[in-house]
Amino acid sequence: MKAVTGMTESEKYESFMKRIEDGDKIEMDDWMPDEYRTVLIKLISMHGISEIMGALPEKEWVPKAPGLGRKLGIMAKVQDEMGHGQLLLRVTEDLMKPLGRNRADIMDDLFEERLKFHNVFHMRTHTWADAGLIGWLVDGAAIITQTNMLGASYGPYARALKRICAEEVFHAQHGESIIMALAEGCTEQREMLQDAIDRWWPSLLMFFGPESKDTTGSSKQDATIKYQIRTKTNEELRQSFLSKYVPRIHSLGLTIPDDTLRFDQETKIWEYRQPDWKKFKQIIGNEGPKSQDRLNLRRAAYKNNAWVREALEA
Amino acid sequence: MEKTESGKFEGLTETDQAYLADLLKQLADDDYLLSFRSSEWLGLAPHIEEDVASASISQDMMGHAAMYYGLLGDIYGRDADDLAHFRGPADRRNSILTEKRNGEGEYLDVPKYDWAYHVVRNLYYNMHKKVKLVALKQSSSTPLRDVAAKAAMELYYHELHWRTWFIQLMNSSDDAKARMAAALEKVNGECADLFHLGKYSEDITRKGYIAPASEMKDSFRKEMEKVFDQTDSVFSFPDDQKENGRLGRHTEDLEHALELMSEVYGSVPYAKW
Repeated sequence: MKAVTGMTESEKYESFMKRIEDGDKIEMDDWMPDEYRTVLIKLISMHGISEIMGALPEKEWVPKAPGLGRKLGIMAKVQDEMGHGQLLLRVTEDLMKPLGRNRADIMDDLFEERLKFHNVFHMRTHTWADAGLIGWLVDGAAIITQTNMLGASYGPYARALKRICAEEVFHAQHGESIIMALAEGCTEQREMLQDAIDRWWPSLLMFFGPESKDTTGSSKQDATIKYQIRTKTNEELRQSFLSKYVPRIHSLGLTIPDDTLRFDQETKIWEYRQPDWKKFKQIIGNEGPKSQDRLNLRRAAYKNNAWVREALEA
Repeated sequence: MEKTESGKFEGLTETDQAYLADLLKQLADDDYLLSFRSSEWLGLAPHIEEDVASASISQDMMGHAAMYYGLLGDIYGRDADDLAHFRGPADRRNSILTEKRNGEGEYLDVPKYDWAYHVVRNLYYNMHKKVKLVALKQSSSTPLRDVAAKAAMELYYHELHWRTWFIQLMNSSDDAKARMAAALEKVNGECADLFHLGKYSEDITRKGYIAPASEMKDSFRKEMEKVFDQTDSVFSFPDDQKENGRLGRHTEDLEHALELMSEVYGSVPYAKW
């Protein structure tokens, strides 16, 4: 812990900001401004709970995965996601401790809908191609947003992300392998794949969040950039995603459901049709197609197993 | 006499192949089905740490099933995936204990699964598997010995995991004890065929592929008594039950499980996935 006794609040703040600017890592027990703690708790608990809620749409395909190898692959992936959730909730718990809050409060926040989870995990999965697409493109998108935070000023988060990103690369490869089999497969498989891309495209664009808070009324990005938790803006991340994946999608002979999509050679910027941001707000407000079903599943499981947690404490 | 295609079982007569195939189906289908039942719990376990641990165990079990299906495929000259996905209930040799539902409801809906049953079922199954793997490591069949040695390394942790849960819950709150007692009763009605070796049981043991059922049952009893000694309950094991999975006589729960597990694989029969 850095010595901060005898300093005024503004001196503490200045010294904290200086540490961040010098590339020093902030640790759990270090002094930090309330805003920093609040922003971290919000960001990391949302990230952690999204991993846990994100296990549900893929879990639906675990028993159905076609082939022993596919069954093994998707089981391993869902396990990893739960593991990431666990890792991130542990980081959040440490941040919450001085506020007298713990993991039970995080779960309660989820159930009472104060804590939100990522837009993609509110969507329905229709076919096996969706399971592949989640691995390939959703995890692909996650790699882009998470590598953007690998240098985060908060040490425990940066270290957790390092491990998470390494595993996400495997997930993207797992997804890509499913996608390649479908793309090289028969007509039914190719149709299944194209259908999945058509349905998931708007959600993938939404994944990175609105360009600015003017779009939806709020955005964490300003505070997270100020405190050097992340470096790039939502839009910069979305542009990276498009640069990486649009050519790959096209190279598989697949189409993207946006006839305005083009790369402007002069500005070096992708032009694309904006997803419906009003819908995005509804989705992350738990009014998406599967929001309440998945929340209910988690609520019911939590309640159903309450006796086990009580027994462990007995 | 026709010989197997693969070198692994070279020199086996057709009847020996039939004996071995039946035993392999028992081993493979057991792990396949219980891995599936465990995977239905994914994301719904009592806490997140347990979710990670039991997901890892389900994976290992599916891995063991894949090894056994691989050997079965060597005997039949068929693809392991086809053997896992395309065989109907009558051809399945898993024990009844591995096929039963986790509780009320569908995993895609809002299921009311019973953790006490999950713990008891897994303890019984894994202890039975531990005893079997010890016997298989002495098998006269080299490929079986090799696979058993690999599976046993992981099984050590699985058995430890479920034994820990079992002892903890059996010595816990009154509510937990009552739930565990109910689960024990349920498992007792479903596990009699665990050590049954199927229609070729005498030939299978005469050939030295695995130890006789009675011997394995004795070892199992001793192991389980050691576990029960750490609780207030007394271990008992049923002699018989209505269905016998080792003879292909199953419950409706199996049919439902197999349909789900083969839904995508069988949807376009000629496709590669």
